[in-house]
Amino acid sequence: MNNRTALIVRLSPWLFTIGLIVIWEAAVWLLNIPAFFLPPPTAIAKAFVDFWGPIYRNSLITLETTLIGFALAVGFGLLLGLLVGWSRTMYAGLYPLMIGFNAIPKVALVPILVLWFGIGFVPAVLTAFLISFFPIVVNVATGLATIEPELEDVLKALGASKLDIMRKVGIPRTLPYFFGSLKIAITLAFVGSVISESVASNYGIGNLMLQAQAQFQVPLIFAGLVVLAVEGIVMYWLMVVLERRMTGWAQRSGFAQT
Amino acid sequence: MPAFVALDNVSHAYAGADGALAVDGLSIAVEPGEFAAVVGPSGCGKSTLMKLATGLQFPVKGSVRVAGEEIRAPVKIAGMAFQAPTLLPWRTTTENLLLPLEIVEPYRGQMRRRKAEFRERAEKLLASVGLAGQGEKFPWELSGGMQQRTSLCRALIHEPQLLMLDEPFGALDAFTREELWCVIRDLHAVRKITVVLVTHDLREAVFLADRVFVMSSRPGRVLAERRIELPRPRDLEVIFTPAFTDIVHELRGHIVKARQ
Repeated sequence: MNNRTALIVRLSPWLFTIGLIVIWEAAVWLLNIPAFFLPPPTAIAKAFVDFWGPIYRNSLITLETTLIGFALAVGFGLLLGLLVGWSRTMYAGLYPLMIGFNAIPKVALVPILVLWFGIGFVPAVLTAFLISFFPIVVNVATGLATIEPELEDVLKALGASKLDIMRKVGIPRTLPYFFGSLKIAITLAFVGSVISESVASNYGIGNLMLQAQAQFQVPLIFAGLVVLAVEGIVMYWLMVVLERRMTGWAQRSGFAQT
Repeated sequence: MPAFVALDNVSHAYAGADGALAVDGLSIAVEPGEFAAVVGPSGCGKSTLMKLATGLQFPVKGSVRVAGEEIRAPVKIAGMAFQAPTLLPWRTTTENLLLPLEIVEPYRGQMRRRKAEFRERAEKLLASVGLAGQGEKFPWELSGGMQQRTSLCRALIHEPQLLMLDEPFGALDAFTREELWCVIRDLHAVRKITVVLVTHDLREAVFLADRVFVMSSRPGRVLAERRIELPRPRDLEVIFTPAFTDIVHELRGHIVKARQ
C-alpha cells in the first residue's frame, strides 16, 4: 500500500460522511422536499444552534442513563456469564430462562418498570441494563465453554482445581469474547434508555424528540438523532480501544488491514 | 523389575455412553525408564488408556497402578502432550512453560521466590529442543513444529517421571515429524524417563519404542506385544533397513487383523 492510498484510506471516513451530507442537502433542494418531511442538514444545524441548551442538557442525561445501565450490565453480565460457564447445572438451568427473557421485547417491560419505580430516570437505566446484559452473558459463557478439553486434561493431570483452570485459562480466554460483546452491549444500552425516555420520562433525548414531534419541530427531531449517533459512535470507539488494549493478542490477523 | 505403569485387566466405560465399553480386559505393564508405544485402529480406546494412566478417569473394573500405587487421583508425576499443542496465546513461550509450575506442588508455593530460577530452567529446556532464544515469542509467532516442541517442553518442565504422548506428531509434515522423533529420542535417552506414546504411525512406534503394544478395535485390549531389539542410539537411517521394515510389516499384519 503506497502513501497516497494510505492517506485516502485514513481520510475516507470523513470524506464519506461529508459526501452523504452534501448529497442529502442537494437532494432536498433539487427534489423540493418539504422541510417538515425531511429537513436538509443546514436546517438541522440551525436547530442545534437554536436549541443548544435543551439538546446539551438532555444529551448528557441520556448519556448518563445509558452508561449507568451499561455498567450494571457489565457487572451483572460478567458475573452471570462466569456462573453459567462454570457449572453445567447452572448452564442447563439458566440458559432457557435467559433465552426466554431475551425474547421479550424490552419496550414491553417499561410499563412494569414505571409501575414499580415511577416514570423518569430509574426505568430508563433499568431498560438500558436489561437490554444490554444478555450479549455479555452469552459471550462470557461461550469463552468458558470452549476451553480445549486436552488443555483441561493437561492441567487436571497436574492436580489443578476447577478454580485454577478458571483463573489460568478460562478467564483470560474469555476476555476477547467479553470485550467483543461490550461493543454490542453499549449500542443496545442506548436503544434501551431512549426507548424508556420516549415512553416514560420527562428528560433525555428520547423525550426531547417526542416533544419536538408533538410541536412539529422536525429539524429538532433529526438533531436528536444526530446526537444519539455521535454518542453511540464515541462509546463504540471507546470499546474498540479498550478491546485492543486488553486483548491485543487475540487480534493478530492482518485481514482487515489489507 | 516391577512395572512403573501397570494396567491389570481393566475395563472402562464413560458415564452416559449407554454402558458401551471403551476398553475391556486391557492389561499393559510398562517398566521404569521404558519407551512404550501403543498402536491400534481408530477408536480403539488409546485415549482412554491415556486418561486411565494419568488418573483423569478411574476404571470400572480392574486396577491401574503407577509407581507402585493404586490410582485414586490425578497422578501429578506425569506430563502430557497431544496432537494439538494447546498453548495459551496470551502467554509467551516461556510463560507457557511455567504454567505447570504454577499448578503443581511443590513448585506452586515457590513460584514467587524462585521465578527467576524457573525461567532459567524453561530457557534451558527450550534450548534442549532447539528453541534457544525463542522464549519471548508468542505461540502464534512459531511454526507448527516449534509449537509442538514447546508443548513437549511444557510436559517436561516439572520433571515428571512419566511422559504421556497422544499422537503428538500427527498434525506435522513428514520432515518436521522426523525431526521431532529425534528430539523425543534424545530427551528419553538423557532423562531416563518412562514414556507412553499413543500413535497411528507404525514407523514412529518402531523407531522410538522399546516395546510396541497393538490394541484391538473397540472395546480395546492388547492383541500383541512386540519388543523392538534395534540397537540404540538409533539413527533415522535405521528406518530404511530391512530389519526395521520387517517389524513394521509384522505389526501392520496385526492391525489389519484387528480392523476386521
